[in-house]
Order: sequence, then structure tokens, then C-alpha cells
Amino acid sequence: MKIKEVAQIIGGKVVTGAELLENEVNRGFASDLMSDVLTLDSEELMLITGLANLQAIRTAEMSDISCIIFARNKKVNAEMIQVAEESNIVLIECAGSVFKTAGVLYKAGIKPVF
Amino acid sequence: MHFEFNIEGGDFSKAGFASSQLKKILKQLVGDHKIVKRTVVALYEAEVNVVAHAYSGKVLIDIDTDKIIIKVKDKGPGIEDIQLAMQEGYSTASEKVREMGFGAGMGLSNIKNNSDDFKIESEVGVGTKLTIIANLKTE
Repeated sequence: MKIKEVAQIIGGKVVTGAELLENEVNRGFASDLMSDVLTLDSEELMLITGLANLQAIRTAEMSDISCIIFARNKKVNAEMIQVAEESNIVLIECAGSVFKTAGVLYKAGIKPVF
Repeated sequence: MHFEFNIEGGDFSKAGFASSQLKKILKQLVGDHKIVKRTVVALYEAEVNVVAHAYSGKVLIDIDTDKIIIKVKDKGPGIEDIQLAMQEGYSTASEKVREMGFGAGMGLSNIKNNSDDFKIESEVGVGTKLTIIANLKTE
């Protein structure tokens, strides 16, 4: 699925990476624990999290995650946007809970990691 | 090629700087993106450990034609029981570290899993030294 469709389905706001919305994501992982995210080796993966800090961006950068959805109405800051831009990561904010956001995307065909 | 980075204990805003720089370098040099990912994940976990537990640290990276050797040395409290620290789920991390999304006792074992060769040495009251090796040539 294209990242732009992901943003549409969840009613999210693309905060940065508008030029990367044609890229594909096929799997999702929902976690506030970055240690667990760092153990994954899936490709074309997106992260759904309620942890809005710089370490979420760094974790995505190291793990080749191209899109992060910040659920529960969490807001990203300027430093997070800067690092995401350097690493070509799309950041999306959305109002729904992690559970709801993950559920909507699962129903739309996004696969789990396990 | 040799690179060095400093890590400051407690400064979460800088955790990941060295691994981010290493990723940029390796993307130019190493074709296999899985090797790049494994190596930068291992270094990132090590950086987070230094920030979370030590006072200061140094990252020394040597890249040659057949392997990448990363040494992460810190000045800090050291680890009393390395075997216990290596166990998944064992953690001495503070509440602050947990709020950052870490401290679940997964770091050291994940570093080992993402290395081709891994060594940990520690002296209580002095510090900890990790050696992470990634092989670039597969047989």
C-alpha cells in the first residue's frame, strides 16, 4: 500500500515526507518499546506508536522503517522532523488510539510482522 | 578507515548520532543493506546503553575490506554479572530510560544477535567495553 493511502485511511496528517508518499509499506508493527522494534528485520515496515520522541525517529532510521504513525494525538517536534527529513522517513500524526489505527490498517490489508 | 565518536552519559538527544553517521558511511561502501542494518542497530543499542548507564563513552570504528570492527568503551559503573546482564528481560534501567522507549533488558542480547562476533568486558566501578564485529564477505 502506498503511504499516501495509509494516511488517508487513518485520517492522519502528514507532518513531513510529503514527497515520499508514493513509497510502499506492507507490514505494520505497533509498539511504544523501541527495544522490540529494533529486533525486527522486516522490509517495507511502518511503525505505529504513542512514543513521540527523538528515539522513535532514530529507531526507525536504524531499522529501515520508512513511515511512523504517531497515534493517540501525539505531536512531533522540530528536532524529530529534522532527523526524519535527513533519513527520508514519513511522519504522520493521527488522533485515533494505537489499537484503532492498527485495526483500521490491518483491515485494509497491512500485514503483521508476526 | 577509522572513525571516532564521543557519547555523553544521560544525553538522550544525542543517542544515535554515531550510528546515524555510520549508516551514512556504510550506505556508500556496503551493498548488502541487511549488513548495514544489523551493524547500525547493534551500534545504536550500544549507544543507548552508554547514555542510559554510563558517564561518558567513546565509539571507535574501523572499516576494512572484509570486516567492520566497532569498539564502544565507557566510563561508568560497569556490570557486575555479565551473564545476568545478557539475559533477555534483565534490566537495571531507570524510569527515565524506560520513558525513552528502552530499558526492557533486550539491548545486549540484541547487539549480540546483530553481530557476527561480539565480546563484552566490564570492570565494576571502571566501565564496560563492547567489541562488535560485522563480516563483510560471506563465504
